Amino acid sequence: MATTTSDAQLSTRERSLRVRLIPYIDRFGILFLVLLMVLIGAITQPGIFLTWRNLSNLPGQNAANAVLAIGMFVVILTAGIDLSVGSVLALAMMTTAVLARDGFPPALLVPLPILIGMGVGLVNGFGLTKMRLPHPFIVTLGTLNIARGLANLVSGGVPVSGLPEVVRFWGAGNIALGNVQLPVSLIIVAVLYVGFLVFLQYTRTGRHIYAIGGNPQAARVSGINVDRTLMLVYILCGAMAGLAGLLVAGRTNSGFPNAGIGAELDAISAVIIGGASFFGGRGSVLGVLAGVLVIGLMRNILNLNNVQVFWQQVLIGVVIIFAVFLDVLRRRAGSASE
Amino acid sequence: MTQATSPSEAERTPVIEARGICKYFGAVTALEDVYLKLYRGEVLGVVGDNGAGKSTLMKILAGLYPPSAGQLYVDGQAAHFASPKEARDRGIEMVYQDLALAGNLRIDENIFLGRERVRRFGPFKLVDNAESMRLAKEHLEKLKIEVKSVRQRVEELSGGQRQAVAIARATAFDAKVVIMDEPTAALAIKEVRKVLDLIKDLRNHGIGVILISHRLDDIFYVCDRVMALFHGRNFAEAPLAETSRNEVIGWIMGNKSPVAQAAKIFDLN
Ligand SMILES: Nc1ncnc2c1ncn2[C@@H]1O[C@H](COP(=O)(O)OP(=O)(O)OP(=O)(O)O)[C@@H](O)[C@H]1O
Ligand SMILES: [Mg+2]
Repeated sequence: MATTTSDAQLSTRERSLRVRLIPYIDRFGILFLVLLMVLIGAITQPGIFLTWRNLSNLPGQNAANAVLAIGMFVVILTAGIDLSVGSVLALAMMTTAVLARDGFPPALLVPLPILIGMGVGLVNGFGLTKMRLPHPFIVTLGTLNIARGLANLVSGGVPVSGLPEVVRFWGAGNIALGNVQLPVSLIIVAVLYVGFLVFLQYTRTGRHIYAIGGNPQAARVSGINVDRTLMLVYILCGAMAGLAGLLVAGRTNSGFPNAGIGAELDAISAVIIGGASFFGGRGSVLGVLAGVLVIGLMRNILNLNNVQVFWQQVLIGVVIIFAVFLDVLRRRAGSASE
Repeated sequence: MTQATSPSEAERTPVIEARGICKYFGAVTALEDVYLKLYRGEVLGVVGDNGAGKSTLMKILAGLYPPSAGQLYVDGQAAHFASPKEARDRGIEMVYQDLALAGNLRIDENIFLGRERVRRFGPFKLVDNAESMRLAKEHLEKLKIEVKSVRQRVEELSGGQRQAVAIARATAFDAKVVIMDEPTAALAIKEVRKVLDLIKDLRNHGIGVILISHRLDDIFYVCDRVMALFHGRNFAEAPLAETSRNEVIGWIMGNKSPVAQAAKIFDLN
């Protein structure tokens, strides 16, 4: 009863279009950035950009970053960070390649990299929740080095090439759908993103992850097992890094110990460009996808225009700052209208 | 004045009881051999100076801290809480001094945090947002708490509204005991009255309430009994009808008889 008057006030306020638009801009603003990229691509390289030949390269080029980013996103939601994913990618990839060379049963080569990733994730979670290392930066900085070192050790520091079909399928295979050849990596990314969307938005654990990022103390006193949830989050992120390793191995038909150097930074960039808060508790799966696309499209367009790799790096830096600044402006506008 | 209708308190079982509780934080002694009893349908006021150990004692009752020594009893049975979840499962809820809400979540999400409503979808259990919002709205209306919409994020709320959400969370699940750590500290007078009337409501529903407050007005408006902690120890305790403001002020400052007597003399004048 007591709420009826204020409900009425709300509905008059809601008639104002500006107020009604804010949530949509909040949710879909980043998609405009994606559309802008597509537009720039179409304008600067009209004959090439929008061809199937060019576009069909995008899933393969960006699948690994998409997979790393979704894992990183879950970690960042808890106000954490996982610096180890690039090295885990390399370790998973190298181990798979070396074991494939040594005649390991091919069917086991597919779950293996994911299990390796989960193993490193377990170590990260352990360091954070059991050893009580002060910030996930520390433990994942440790495992960044450990995993990279191990990736070199298992292979003696040299690349291994030639992988069985069952591994190549995940990174380079296609599935015919009518007369279209859908890249397997695209299907994996699509399934993963839908899965993570449901997981984060509609499961109790997903809700708990957001709560931990918002206020870990509130989560704890509400009866949420914060440590167990964090453990799960880092294992998930590790699993994604391992899967990314499988995809890159399949795509390149090889394992090389320098794979994925700096990949953690691309993943973090995608998450941040996608509107997630570095302080946890804020962001959406759709945003992460948009962030991945922005980075991927930008690279693609710059390549088509023969822009030097170093300039690409400069521009990604500019986009990160610009995207977060837009977010700051939006937030300021949002709170001013309250 | 007091609700203690039964002639001998000894015959009743306290809904929650603490015996000989000690709590050490490294070299700091926060609590030393503290006793507390709370009965159903009773409001117990807990007073004490800053740092007297009030919040620490409540956090032990609510399962957030394990005691260094001593024993808790719920309905007369020994209880060990490894986490706030275990205390909540036994019907003991707490409104924390710093509120402990997740600002990035909606009102209903905060109320049901850790106890989300779920619906089965085949092998999966998915959070039922519609049901959670409906129940939250219903519960807030029952408590006569006004908010624009339960969809609001808690960070958009005023201090008083946040307080209300924290109280709503503590009362949404058949609590037997509701512990409130300075629930009125940040509130305007009108809101204070609301919270205190809500406490009376809870008592009338047979819930035991512990109220920590530095405002003696609050204590004397709503409590049945008041106890004082001083430097982490039990200092004094009395049914409200048998004490006075000045005596309680004396307890808070660590003076028992002299000031109390002085105060009584003062009262007589
Ligand atoms: N987590 C902690 N670590 C170390 N010392 C603590 C901790 N919590 C409380 N203390 C100490 O225990 C003592 C009691 O603190 P407590 O918070 O229980 O006091 P309080 O009576 O609630 O005070 P206030 O009225 O200011 O809220 C203080 O000396 C405090 O410094
Ligand atoms: Mg306190």
